[in-house]
Amino acid sequence: MQTDRKNRFLTREEAVYFAILAAVVFLILPLALDPFRLNLFGKYLTYAFVAIGLVLCWGAGGILSLGQGVFFGLGGYCMAMFLKLEASTPENTAIQSTPGIPDFMDWNQITALPWWWEPFHSLFFSLLAVVVVPVVFAFIVGVAMFRRRVGGVYFAIITQAIAAILTILIIGQQGFTGGVNGITDLRTLNGWDIRTDEAKTALYFVNGALLFACLFAAQYVRRSKLGRLLIAMRDQEDRVRFSGYDVASFKIFVFCLGAAFAGIGGAMFTLQVGFMSPTLVGIVPSIEMVIFAAVGGRLSILGAVYGTLLVNWAKTTFSESFPELWLLGLGALFIAVVMTFPNGLAGLWSEQIMPRARKLFAGGTARPAPASPDTAAGLTQPRKAAAE
Amino acid sequence: MTDSSKPTMPGVSRRAVLAGGAALTASLFAPKGLRAQDFPTAAVNTTGLAVTDDTVTIGILHSVTGTMAISETGSVQAEKLAIEQINAQGGILGRKIEYIQEDGASDWPTFAEKAKKLLVNDKVASVMGCWTSASRKAVLPVFEQYNGFLYYPTFYEGLEQSPNVIYTGQEATQQIIAGLDWVNQTKGAKTFYLLGSDYIWPRTSNKIARKHIENFMEGCEVVGEEYYPLGHTQFNSVINKIRLRKPDVIYAIVVGGSNVAFYKQLKAAGIDMTEEKPILLTISVTEDEIRGIGGENIEGAYACMKYFQSLENDNNLEFVKAFKEMWGDDMVIGDVTQAAYLGPWLWKAAVEKAGSFDVDKVREASPGIELTSAPEGYVKVHENHHLWSKTRVGRAKADGQYEVVYETADLVEPDPFPEGYQ
Amino acid sequence: MFAGYSMGELTAIFAMQGFAGLILFSVFVLMALGLAIIFGQMGVINMAHGEFMILGAYVTYLVSHVFADIMPALFSMYFFVAMALAFVAAGALGMFVEWAMICHLYKRPLDTLLATWGLSLILQQLYRSIFGAREVGVTIPDWMMGSLPLTDMIEVPINGIFVMVLAVGISIAIYVLMFRSGWGRQVRAINQNRVMADAVGINTAWTDRMTFGIGCGVAGVAGSAFTMIGSTGPTAGQQYIVDTFLVVVFGGAGSLLGTIASAFSISQAQSIMEFFLSGSMAKVLTLLVVVGILMLRPQGLFALKLRK
Repeated sequence: MQTDRKNRFLTREEAVYFAILAAVVFLILPLALDPFRLNLFGKYLTYAFVAIGLVLCWGAGGILSLGQGVFFGLGGYCMAMFLKLEASTPENTAIQSTPGIPDFMDWNQITALPWWWEPFHSLFFSLLAVVVVPVVFAFIVGVAMFRRRVGGVYFAIITQAIAAILTILIIGQQGFTGGVNGITDLRTLNGWDIRTDEAKTALYFVNGALLFACLFAAQYVRRSKLGRLLIAMRDQEDRVRFSGYDVASFKIFVFCLGAAFAGIGGAMFTLQVGFMSPTLVGIVPSIEMVIFAAVGGRLSILGAVYGTLLVNWAKTTFSESFPELWLLGLGALFIAVVMTFPNGLAGLWSEQIMPRARKLFAGGTARPAPASPDTAAGLTQPRKAAAE
Repeated sequence: MTDSSKPTMPGVSRRAVLAGGAALTASLFAPKGLRAQDFPTAAVNTTGLAVTDDTVTIGILHSVTGTMAISETGSVQAEKLAIEQINAQGGILGRKIEYIQEDGASDWPTFAEKAKKLLVNDKVASVMGCWTSASRKAVLPVFEQYNGFLYYPTFYEGLEQSPNVIYTGQEATQQIIAGLDWVNQTKGAKTFYLLGSDYIWPRTSNKIARKHIENFMEGCEVVGEEYYPLGHTQFNSVINKIRLRKPDVIYAIVVGGSNVAFYKQLKAAGIDMTEEKPILLTISVTEDEIRGIGGENIEGAYACMKYFQSLENDNNLEFVKAFKEMWGDDMVIGDVTQAAYLGPWLWKAAVEKAGSFDVDKVREASPGIELTSAPEGYVKVHENHHLWSKTRVGRAKADGQYEVVYETADLVEPDPFPEGYQ
Repeated sequence: MFAGYSMGELTAIFAMQGFAGLILFSVFVLMALGLAIIFGQMGVINMAHGEFMILGAYVTYLVSHVFADIMPALFSMYFFVAMALAFVAAGALGMFVEWAMICHLYKRPLDTLLATWGLSLILQQLYRSIFGAREVGVTIPDWMMGSLPLTDMIEVPINGIFVMVLAVGISIAIYVLMFRSGWGRQVRAINQNRVMADAVGINTAWTDRMTFGIGCGVAGVAGSAFTMIGSTGPTAGQQYIVDTFLVVVFGGAGSLLGTIASAFSISQAQSIMEFFLSGSMAKVLTLLVVVGILMLRPQGLFALKLRK
């Protein structure tokens, strides 16, 4: 019975949770919010892609990456390059000394499109690049690190350094990348104006659909043998290795998957916000994304989505009402999450709210709470610290 | 959730305008207040902006948190001061200005988000805001799409001319060329070492400086050009390079926290700017920055911009007095702060000329607007939405103020797309 | 690049560039020592390290004002008082933080990262509320701001020498503490085997608190010293965090000697590349080399021979 449940793609309970999230994303938010706020939530949801990837890497695999912003940024930049080329028609850029190239290149005395920008004239190539570029980059980093058994804190700090390097590079090579300003003033996608409210709403739904695709992919991985191996690796890496499994390959795979999710999120960010800038690549956004996952619950892919929505919504609201104090609230929230409910909202739900609700509804004759809340809210709890 | 943000108004209720200062300023800033009943709301606001029978709402969009808060605080203060003074005179078209302040949090997507909120949700009639080029570039498409109107206070790299922005700071050529000519003609400087933080404004400014030095200044040359990441704090290596090249002029466009490190290390390395050579000429250090650097560390350096707190004209004396009364005696006022202060006044003048708050009409009325009461002196809005203004060179003193040593005879024409400097 | 310069000039420049590298080395050592203690000995990732440094800087700022107002005659000496107070203030805050937060998280090292990141946000906002968003200018006594002419052409900044002396002094002090004192023995024992250390009667809770406090205190002293060469503002601490972590990790966590060696190699690499290349590229290349070497040798330059 237990093994049977484990092998099913979704338990009944999980199916309910997925349905609730689908209702929130596709019905409640669009109905309750005006187009402006809906677009904001669309932006928040793009971060949720990263958070889902982090749940797989960190919560399940014990690999904490502080450089997910790199992959988010790479995906976003790939998309932005396509949109920028489309926006830079010779007519639109007639004022420049070299019409037909992006404006920031012209400002930096570049007179011809660099060769590596050329393929981004193609939408197909660009969409492919959105996923492939982050994955290839993650693969290189992953092979270099995991093959040498870099893990835990070291991995976190090295990924952080990579985020710093990429930020400095993007800013320093402003003739090719737009520098600090990023790639701005994006207008159309294959002739379709992405700046209108209708387009933004449509993009919101595309974003939601992609998010669910990623959620299902993540759920599939978790339910597969790979998912269980990941947890085993997180808890007792050496035992898994000595059982004959190629630990590094699994880690590389899940890291690449997280990168692919982040890349898609980045591309959707570019489409919905209308620009891409190095501030989304650096250390601060990368850590913030980890915190989204932590608040939602590092073991729960659905929790990650809720966590992302909640933190960002709080950030926006706080900063609208008390612009000078919101950092205090945000800082306190992170500390509170880590100190008092380390499994985040999802943990709160499955450990506190659900058992009590069950007790309440069952009139005191409660079924015993499941030993390991194997619901959408959680994989098994980490048995020991994720790092050495 | 949809209307979770009622306008919060820090500042206005907290700090009553001191009657004396307000009255004095009121007498300076003609014309006198107009009465609201002469301008029915339906007539002055045909596009659904946040204008009522006795109020008009504008936005203030700066970073009050994050790394840029250091720089943007002064702008927020100046804008609030201008708004209070305008209100004390009876407001605009008989309507008091109310403002909604949003925090860009030094994060460009947040700037875009907040700009959109101000324009779409709050329907503000205009926005005073932004500081860095990146934040302006991020909000620009939003302003153009929703037809908002932005007053942007910072000196910047040029190469831009939006119908939805009035640039109250200087664009690069206005700020750079006069200073270079001055240092060449009066100090006989021939060799220049260009140095900057690594982003678009210093790079573009140095590009213009280099073109000017190489093409328009006889016998002059650039002996080095370098950029350091924002936030860089170790400048000993570049200081040694400067020593090796022995330039007449160190042309520095370092910004933010790097500034403090750069000047402290320069002084500690024994490069004495109070002596004849090398001359340090900067376009990025205002009085605001000197507070962080420490006057004793930058004494003797020259800065080239359009405004210094020490300007001795009546407008400026009034302005400095009012600013200190509102925000405290220990405040200093830099170039950008003054430019930010111009924003509300220029908007007021344009609205009154247009007789309407409608963005299209305000835009049409803006070119040719003159402000005789500006602290920097007389300014005028150019067709290209930048300001005609004088350029001045000041020399830093140990007390953190600049002594004005030169000012251009005439107003310098703004030229955001300079021919020959591309 | 060197055409047209005399031999003497070149020697002078290279000598001064050597000093520049040594100053950068000292700066790195000061930044990293506090973190090396906390991260290396306790395994805690303190993302608020930069904010503890800035606390030291603000203490220096306050002390300078107190001296200027109350006893201007002694102003030239205030810096030493400031550094001592910076140590006490940052150390006390560190101990408080350890008591309130960190001690509950020893089993979850990655979580200390999140909690201390939250702490750093709170500290930044507190600094901003108390001291204002702008940078504060710390007036340095005149004798520390000049340069010392060694020969006609070679001049060495005095504050650089000061930072060097301080770095050496603190390194020695920490070495003595760690390897010649009872407390150091306890810290090392806990680092190797917490349960056994507990069992043989070491008060691990108190030792942890002291360790964290001393690490933060050293950060405070570093921040105090950096008022001479850098800026003091609410967010200035963030500028140091990546460099600091890289120095510690590159040296091999747990090895103080490694931290110093890695500070030396990174600073020399950066300083030399900055001289021959442009600033931004030098920084990128340095970081790339460090990350590259870390990928090949993840345990760092000097790793303790410990199986996990």
